[in-house]
Amino acid sequence: MSRPLSGAQTLLQGLGATLLDKLAAFGRGFLLMLSLVVAMPAAVLRVDLLFKQVYVTGVLSLPIILTAGLFVGMVLSLQGYNILVDFNAEEAVGSMTALSLLRELGPVVGALLFAGRAGSAMTAEIGLMRSTEQISALEMMAIDPIKFVYAPRFLAAIITLPLLIIMFNALGVFGGYLVSVSWLGVDAGAFWSQMTSQVDWNEDVVNGMIKSVVFAVLVAIIALFQGVNAIPTSEGVSSATTRTVVHSSLGILGFDFILTSIMFN
Amino acid sequence: MKKQTKIEIWVGLFVLMSLMALASIAFQVSNFSEWKERPTYRVSALFDNIGGLKVRAPLKLSGVVIGRVTGIEIDPVSFKARVNMAIDQSFNQLPVDSSLSILTSGLLGDQYVGLEPGGDEEVLKPGDEIEMTQSAIVLEDLIGQFLVKLSDSE
Repeated sequence: MSRPLSGAQTLLQGLGATLLDKLAAFGRGFLLMLSLVVAMPAAVLRVDLLFKQVYVTGVLSLPIILTAGLFVGMVLSLQGYNILVDFNAEEAVGSMTALSLLRELGPVVGALLFAGRAGSAMTAEIGLMRSTEQISALEMMAIDPIKFVYAPRFLAAIITLPLLIIMFNALGVFGGYLVSVSWLGVDAGAFWSQMTSQVDWNEDVVNGMIKSVVFAVLVAIIALFQGVNAIPTSEGVSSATTRTVVHSSLGILGFDFILTSIMFN
Repeated sequence: MKKQTKIEIWVGLFVLMSLMALASIAFQVSNFSEWKERPTYRVSALFDNIGGLKVRAPLKLSGVVIGRVTGIEIDPVSFKARVNMAIDQSFNQLPVDSSLSILTSGLLGDQYVGLEPGGDEEVLKPGDEIEMTQSAIVLEDLIGQFLVKLSDSE
């Protein structure tokens, strides 16, 4: 078209182009996930690569997850105690802490921390591998980067995040015990017995673990996608890392609402 | 020490720690230990009003949990609430004329079914229906009765 576009037309075109871009990105993300699922057997077979990634994503995330879990549990039970003591129901602080940790706070806070600690590192690593053409070098040697680089990271995230969240929950409950029983003087027997009578294995513990697996897939796929699609410059890698944290945090919170409304209705 | 060995030791420690955390959640925090399948037998009972009784509420004998509510439905003939319960097989010597009542644990606690043993020689068998039941105390009804009595006496 020789005629210059009017302002409204360019606006419309911009809108359409953005939407198509986003849709294409979703499609590429989905294709990446499919190829990762196909490459799962390869990731399982290369145990050494998998262990390396479990170490990097899991073991190195332990300090932040454990510290956060302890403090979240402590603060929850402190707040809960202050409210419940007005109703003479301070024994319920144990079940309150355990339920909120197992159902919501453990999976969500754990996954948010994981996105910041391990997801961002994953994006930065893969982005830099691309910018220094290590991925191209692998392809030159006929080594499939999906099987060799991406799939072990994906599987490692899915293994480690649920385990980290279990530890987060256990330490959170322990933190709640420390504050309410050792410090504030709630009866230990009532604390534990209320907890066991209120917390259901299937309803609360298993549902929380299902959440953590969903969040793990979400964080891993976003981190890998942003790494693969990062512009291979230092600026591009840094903005891709930021996007990983932002997108996975929003995704975690959004999916948490959806999962909660399905599970606890 | 080789780097790979070090990584493997750490990963092993990581998995061990998470298994310990899982075990502590299972046995200390949740009711997982109750989930081992113990043989039970089923009985049912009709109630006029079950109040806020829920499925999985405990069935207690002298305060000891001996079973659980497995289902609540409306009896299509009498329009009463039919409560199905599973009682632990080890309590199979309950008299057939035992009575049930829906009670509340504490002022704000959950409702449970309390079993009061009768004196009959015959014992409850699987599939039996317990005849004598007492409905849940509905606080609103109680207040209503109280108000009626109050206005009567004036």
